Amino acid sequence: MSAWGWVLLACAAAYLLKLLGYLVPDHLLDHPAVVRVSGLLPVALLAALVAVQTVGGPGGAIVVDARVAGLAVAVVALVLRAPFLVVITLAAVTAAALRALGWAA
Amino acid sequence: MSNPVDSAPRVSPMRAAVRKQSLAVGVATGLYGISFGALSVAAGLSLWQTVALSALMFTGGSQFAYVGVVGAGGSGPAAFAAATMLGARNGVYGLQLASMLRPRGWRRPIAAHLTLDESTAVSVAQQEPDHQRLGFWVTGTAVFCCWNLMTIAGAVLGDRLGDPSRYGLDAMAAAAFLALLWPRLTRREPQAVAVGSVVVAIIFLPTVPAGVPVLLAALVALAVAALNRHRPAEPIGGATPVDPGADLEEQRP
Repeated sequence: MSAWGWVLLACAAAYLLKLLGYLVPDHLLDHPAVVRVSGLLPVALLAALVAVQTVGGPGGAIVVDARVAGLAVAVVALVLRAPFLVVITLAAVTAAALRALGWAA
Repeated sequence: MSNPVDSAPRVSPMRAAVRKQSLAVGVATGLYGISFGALSVAAGLSLWQTVALSALMFTGGSQFAYVGVVGAGGSGPAAFAAATMLGARNGVYGLQLASMLRPRGWRRPIAAHLTLDESTAVSVAQQEPDHQRLGFWVTGTAVFCCWNLMTIAGAVLGDRLGDPSRYGLDAMAAAAFLALLWPRLTRREPQAVAVGSVVVAIIFLPTVPAGVPVLLAALVALAVAALNRHRPAEPIGGATPVDPGADLEEQRP
């Protein structure tokens, strides 16, 4: 198959995976077990995304770099109840500053 | 609630806060389209193939995986397999969003296309169905617009625009996910799930294909839900929120 063929096939597969969850019938979504899991699932997904986004590197490597410092500053900001935009801006500025100074990768 | 004033379109401070979160996350993520566009063309894909991946595949992790395999000299099937493996978590997101948002008719196929890490994260972080819906659609649309425009910019200009991580945008994304998670960590059960998920994700990060650690973390939620199945379920969204707009919500009529 051509390069275009594989590109389009991969796009189709990605879309079908996304669509799959939406095709589950309502009565299954309303099942108490599903309701209980879907209350906790967001926490698991968000926590895992934080971990992967903070220390994930190319090829599955664990990389400790300026992102960790950015996240630490974000934690302090969250404890101090800073608004969302302040929290994420402080994280970005921290990481950018450490990289600009050459103190972290 | 039957007051006609209430049914008029209102700009509640809470909705404004959700919209702000959505746009911030959308723009911070969308800017990474520059990296993808530049990397894709450098890996040997044409401009139009690069544009097609961002518009049609539209899930960053899978796209980076696809061009990464092609750039390393891998075959079409290998690139397909890597991208599809990474996209599997979107199926779980779709399930979660379907049960929260219940999109109907023409909205359903579009909602599916906009289903990705960021739109799911902003949506599930909200307490009320109305805000969950708003967060999903605004974030998904913002990422889609930004990501595709920046892909073209990156593909045409290459990496002359600079690596977005120089501006700390990678740390910003991590902090955004954390800030979205934070209000839910007020009780023991979600705290246990969060800690378990972080541990599972980090343990499996080096050993399983990218994208799978997040799926395995979902099993932590399943396990905790199974262990606590005899206790009464809690409403989605947790107890006392500490997110920026929460204090504003009490002022609502």
